[in-house]
Amino acid sequence: MSYRFKEEMSKKERFAGGHRLCAGCGAPVVVRAVLRALDEGDKAAIVSATGCLQASTFPYPYVTWEDSWLHSAFENAGATISGVEAASKALAARGKIPEGARCIAFGGDGGTYDIGFQSLSGALERGHDFMYVCYDNEAYMNTGIQRSSSTSRFADTTTSPAGSVIPGKPQNKKNLTEIVIAHRIPYVAQTTMLGNFADLHQKAHRGIYTPGPAFLNVMAPCPRGWRYDTPKLMEICKLAVETCVWPLFEVIDGEEWILNYEPKKKLPVEEFLRPQGRFRHMFKPGNEWMIQAYQEEVDRRWERLLSRCR
Amino acid sequence: MAIKERLSGNEAVANAMRQANLDVVAAFPITPSTEIPQYFSQYVANGKVKTVFVPVESEHSAMSACIGAEIAGARSSTATSSCGLALMYEMLGVGASLRAPVVMACITRALTGPINIHNDHSDAMAASDCGWIQLHAETAQEAYDQYLMSFLLAEDPRVQLPVMACQDGFITSHAVENIELLEDEVVSQFVGTYEPQDWLLDPTTSTAFGPYDSPAYLMEHKRQQSQAMRNALPVFKEVAAKFEQISGRKYDVIETYCTEDAERLIVLIGSSAGTAKTVVDELRSRGEKVGLVKITMFRPFPREEIAQALSGAQAVAVLDKSDPMSGIGGPVYADVCVALSQSNRRPLLVNYIYGLGGRDVRPEHIEQVFEDLKKDLRDGGWKDDYRYLAVRGE
Repeated sequence: MSYRFKEEMSKKERFAGGHRLCAGCGAPVVVRAVLRALDEGDKAAIVSATGCLQASTFPYPYVTWEDSWLHSAFENAGATISGVEAASKALAARGKIPEGARCIAFGGDGGTYDIGFQSLSGALERGHDFMYVCYDNEAYMNTGIQRSSSTSRFADTTTSPAGSVIPGKPQNKKNLTEIVIAHRIPYVAQTTMLGNFADLHQKAHRGIYTPGPAFLNVMAPCPRGWRYDTPKLMEICKLAVETCVWPLFEVIDGEEWILNYEPKKKLPVEEFLRPQGRFRHMFKPGNEWMIQAYQEEVDRRWERLLSRCR
Repeated sequence: MAIKERLSGNEAVANAMRQANLDVVAAFPITPSTEIPQYFSQYVANGKVKTVFVPVESEHSAMSACIGAEIAGARSSTATSSCGLALMYEMLGVGASLRAPVVMACITRALTGPINIHNDHSDAMAASDCGWIQLHAETAQEAYDQYLMSFLLAEDPRVQLPVMACQDGFITSHAVENIELLEDEVVSQFVGTYEPQDWLLDPTTSTAFGPYDSPAYLMEHKRQQSQAMRNALPVFKEVAAKFEQISGRKYDVIETYCTEDAERLIVLIGSSAGTAKTVVDELRSRGEKVGLVKITMFRPFPREEIAQALSGAQAVAVLDKSDPMSGIGGPVYADVCVALSQSNRRPLLVNYIYGLGGRDVRPEHIEQVFEDLKKDLRDGGWKDDYRYLAVRGE
């Protein structure tokens, strides 16, 4: 699929300005990019899990969404979009609407990796025609930066504080993308905000227009939780990719693994960790082992991914 | 022509679901409501309905999918019991505030703690203040009829609220009774198709549902929701009148049985009304002035009708098939007391917790209640109005 940045950027905006998300937040940038991937003239039916994105985009009576949008709860975006998709089939069957409603669900990592995990798994297994987009900012940011199963090891959060005995979150990040792939759904991709957004755009377009379930896991940094300077959003994303902390890849039907980008020179993880306040304690003298452990985990995952994609 | 059948309450409701022009059914198995999605999935598998069946992975997802479908513009329904209803609890309130007129068959069963699969009303009563209209059936026929009426009630623009159409687990849901089904075409015309004003999948416009509601707005939205619930009572009477035209069967928010000159009355909900009517007949034949008030619509609570029905009695026993552990009695009793709070003449009032966890409710138990009321009147009062019926070790 060809991608023309200027043309894409001149499309009518589907996510209006004036929403209440923070400056430097990844979520609205991800959502705008995903919605740009809708073909002009197509209308989306969007479901949001409870979270920053939901709370900040429809504070009554102000709505950010140009497409139709529904929020009902935190842990049920998968089930709610299942109902919407079932409704679209039923209404199309009785001739009330045209076929092929574009059903899209957005959830943060809390609503996707954790509390909404069962609901997501059920929806994927049943094979509804929808795309689920996880904007992964690695913690419960809406309630004030509590750890989730997506939080990186050693990250300092308000429920995994970097203390004198326990140095931040003890566990490694859950590999949700692999768990979703194990459902053998038609399309799974991992991406983030990079350069001219071609990678995110193309994956979103493919996810939206692939029949059956599709899942996009998008790294979406949070300036409050990650503690970086707000203009550094894109830089952080780039460093996540160049260090192989967040590889770009896609998997078709649970079988065909495609690596979308391999850095010419894989950067050390320090490059990704250093600009972020949540990892500051890792750079104190005596804590070198933490950086080493972080690097080992990233290397282990990267090698495993490479072996699958080859 | 009505179709004479012999069906269990579950099969009767499954038939009603087949006839009700449903767009989406999302359900999860739980005893004793499991048969409903079983029967319904057979209709789907055999092409008897066009409904999209979503076999979800939990009751929370069942309700979430129903709400999603309903808001999307599709008529949707589910069935559940006990812990299933409890797992839906969060979504019950959300669905009501979204004004999603989902209809749910609630096959009442003891709410776990300890686990027990048999009938009482602890599940429905624990969910009775979530913004759902609640109807209770005495028989399979009533379960069928009230489930069908629920769509007109729920979808009425003056109401636009979800409805729980309840029947007693096993007692009604599994016992096979003589029943009259309406013809498919008659039901189809009665319920029509679901055509909401605002719906997510409307291709001509965009609509947003489920905002963050700040202190500046939430209270007004709740007041509107409260009004919708209050409207449900007169609207039910209209729906019942329409239903009578196609079925010949009469429904109201309460049913009174031998109440006009009654000195002693029992108030209860559900299948035990049948037993109580038998006892009333027996005692009446011995010249005792006793009667029964059966509550069909528990939410909204039929305050005026109850006050009117109880106004002539000297003593009233309210029977509750659940104990909310409030320390002051059951939920039906509490609401009956409120209903009578503005009355000039109030009868002597007592509460009995009965039939918990499927404990058999026998005619002699009902007779004992009427006897107790006689004694209370004779003694000129009572010491304890919070009683357990047919319990050991009290």
